[in-house]
Amino acid sequence: MKLTLRVWRQKNADAEGAMSTYEVDGISSDMSFLEMLDTLNEELILRGEDPVAFDHDCREGICGACSLVINGDAHGPERTTTCQLHMRSFKDGDTIDIEPWRASAFPVIKDLVVDRSAFDRIIQAGGYITAPTGAAPEAHASPVPKPDADFAFEHAECIGCGACVAACPNGAAMLFTSAKINHLNVLPQGAPERETRVLDMVAQMDEEGFGGCTLAGECATACPKGIPLMSITGMNKEWLRATRKVKR
Amino acid sequence: MTTYVDYKTGEPVVDAKAPSGPVNERWDTRRFEAKLVNPANRRKHTVIVVGTGLAGGSAGATLAEQGYHVVQFCYQDSPRRAHSIAAQGGINAAKNYRNDGDSIHRLFYDTVKGGDFRARESNVHRLAQISVEIIDQCVAQGVPFAREYGGLLDTRSFGGVQVSRTFYARGQTGQQLLLGAYQALSRQIAAGNIEMHPRTEMLDLIVVDGRARGIVARDLVTGKIDTYFADAVVLASGGYGNVFYLSTNAMNSNATAIWRAHRRGAYFANPCFTQIHPTCIPRTGDHQSKLTLMSESLRNDGRIWVPKAKGDDRPASKIPEDERDYYLERIYPSFGNLVPRDIASRAAKNVCDEGRGVGPGGQGVYLDFADAIERMGRKAVEAKYGNLFDMYQRITDEDPYEVPMRIYPAVHYTMGGLWVDYDLQTTIPGLFAIGEANFSDHGANRLGASALMQGLADGYFVLPATINDYLARNPHHEAVTAEHPVVQEVLAETEDRLSLLLSVDGDRTPDSFHREVGELMWEFCGMARTDSGLRKALERIPQIREEFWRRIKVPGVGEEFNQSLEKANRVVDYLELAELMCLDALHRGESCGGHFREESQTPDGEAARKDDEFAYAAAWEFTETGAAPVLHKEDLVFEYVHPTQRSYA
Repeated sequence: MKLTLRVWRQKNADAEGAMSTYEVDGISSDMSFLEMLDTLNEELILRGEDPVAFDHDCREGICGACSLVINGDAHGPERTTTCQLHMRSFKDGDTIDIEPWRASAFPVIKDLVVDRSAFDRIIQAGGYITAPTGAAPEAHASPVPKPDADFAFEHAECIGCGACVAACPNGAAMLFTSAKINHLNVLPQGAPERETRVLDMVAQMDEEGFGGCTLAGECATACPKGIPLMSITGMNKEWLRATRKVKR
Repeated sequence: MTTYVDYKTGEPVVDAKAPSGPVNERWDTRRFEAKLVNPANRRKHTVIVVGTGLAGGSAGATLAEQGYHVVQFCYQDSPRRAHSIAAQGGINAAKNYRNDGDSIHRLFYDTVKGGDFRARESNVHRLAQISVEIIDQCVAQGVPFAREYGGLLDTRSFGGVQVSRTFYARGQTGQQLLLGAYQALSRQIAAGNIEMHPRTEMLDLIVVDGRARGIVARDLVTGKIDTYFADAVVLASGGYGNVFYLSTNAMNSNATAIWRAHRRGAYFANPCFTQIHPTCIPRTGDHQSKLTLMSESLRNDGRIWVPKAKGDDRPASKIPEDERDYYLERIYPSFGNLVPRDIASRAAKNVCDEGRGVGPGGQGVYLDFADAIERMGRKAVEAKYGNLFDMYQRITDEDPYEVPMRIYPAVHYTMGGLWVDYDLQTTIPGLFAIGEANFSDHGANRLGASALMQGLADGYFVLPATINDYLARNPHHEAVTAEHPVVQEVLAETEDRLSLLLSVDGDRTPDSFHREVGELMWEFCGMARTDSGLRKALERIPQIREEFWRRIKVPGVGEEFNQSLEKANRVVDYLELAELMCLDALHRGESCGGHFREESQTPDGEAARKDDEFAYAAAWEFTETGAAPVLHKEDLVFEYVHPTQRSYA
């Protein structure tokens, strides 16, 4: 395949960015999207040009590092991560636009690399269960009904990639935040911190400059792990319940 | 031939920390004998932890909970992304919830035997003891393990054992355990007990007066190289499987932290013990950047086969039952498709070498779920393996519910690593290595679902208990500062190395060299090794190294976000480590576990150990680049599990 790529280039956080156009040839349909970018970068290095910077690591769809807006869609046309997107989803002669995540809470570091540390700070605000090492009771001491365990797991699958934020017209982090709250709040182990968790995480989310939710639903459509939109409804319910229960 | 093969044998290396006495009492004895640090004094001690995977994440969180001041590093943009996250299958624990005859002693026995009698009994027994506490700890953190309808935890059996002791969270066990550790870490970061440095890579170790006192690290965003100081340094930087270029490791997983520590005096043990995982998705072409593993839990229900006839290129569905060779079930009737990884991998290589492989280039075997779907129903198979099937389909564009999967072995895990004593301390006082970065518990072959167990055992329970002893016995009255001449020297060396990489301005990319050394290693130091092949590799590696420093091209400057520079610097270390791996493989003239020397096999082609010559861990001491290292042997004594030739027939 021969392709035309239009790639966002930005030297650093302070520099102005712009789209640059590159041609790549000899692309196999079995390549992953990132392997296609590897091919471009190998050529750029040999030509003495700066290769395109992008985040990536596990390349098996689980670490959540890769993060590209491809033809306007977070992670491109398939419901997966960019590293698991294959070139068989494109046609010979296609022009492909490649941009970084766009959100004011995710500033660009270089080219396609953004700063997602706001997500870490949301988790730090309460996305955990306080269980210091050594203090744990026997694992079978509190059984968890299978539907609850499955519900927790489905929300715990979030990989923290940020596609939900990139896809949202408001740049909201509701899906990310709600996934962790739903994961922990349904479990008996998570009950003691149920209220403070949701209040603190939502407050941190707001402080980081993420937008509000208007239930556009783009986040759930873009999520490579299929976190459902209902997750946000669940968080809102938890939040309302907590505000009534906890006087601050 | 280079002089590199003319290594000398030095004094034996002795693990001075493991107590004697009955094996099941040694960990208690050690914990009691270890000195403690007064809780009020702990905040005065700084501990550096490099890496935030299962080992590093759990260690950082636990040390901070204990009151130490932790300074932690990861090269990823967030501590949540370390490659432990990609582990799929599960985590072993001797809970015996199934009442199927499991016990701590059986897990201990299985691990020593599975490691082909090249691991320390004391360490392995401790690991088995701690395994049960790990499950309790993770459940308390909210790790959503799979559960039965009654609400209790589900378990399954896993490659190489006959009991169901593997706890799992669908095919994402590593992810869930890592997020548990990451969340515990996050709690401590928020509490101000951990100073976290993401996107920061350790480039060297600072040793002052014979003790590890800090590291040199580069901020990957600004490119600034800085020094960090501590009372002890913990390396939890993972394995070195990326030496092979293609592996199941993450793209940026690298050996720099452990290799630089090795160059500063830490012995490197059993570098040739690498694990080739039998169930990976076969490669499709030269563009391939990494290999993807399919959890070997698939071997519980999938059946592995190839056509009986050579060169049979009919589609799988057109090959009748009696023309298929279910070779693992045929050769190993009692373990069948569940034989340990090294045996399954080599068997796949053998049938492909015979010309019976399937798929492009004949580098693959079938893993067939047709029987399982008929027996359990498609829905049950979906519930158990759905995400793995989806992943396979996404990568290969084939539907594994309709056509058998194709799999082929790939480099997956490294049992070798920095030599550590029972306290997980390296030969440099104050430098500890945990998780895959050390060599300790798996011997010559790791059993499935044991890496997660070891990472978390080291980080949650072992290191936090043993590091107290070091800190209590070695109070540092003088702080090391950036002005110290040793610090200045290490910093200058690092800066010079990066400047040199940027200044060569040659005509080859870092990847091209990485690929070249990786292919060489796969050919000569991969699944089967020979004296002549290893000698060939040892002759070639210094030539590649020489060419590297003549022809490498790294664009840009050091004081910026520069991924080519990161890569090139990692390749520098691969080009040295590869040489040590080959030498270790050459010197070990026996087959054991993942190390198969063609000269040492039984008449029916199984690995033949030579216990009278090689019942030791080989710990190598660095001398200088390209010069022969010094071998220090640690004799292995087996009091409880008596070495036998492994039999899985």
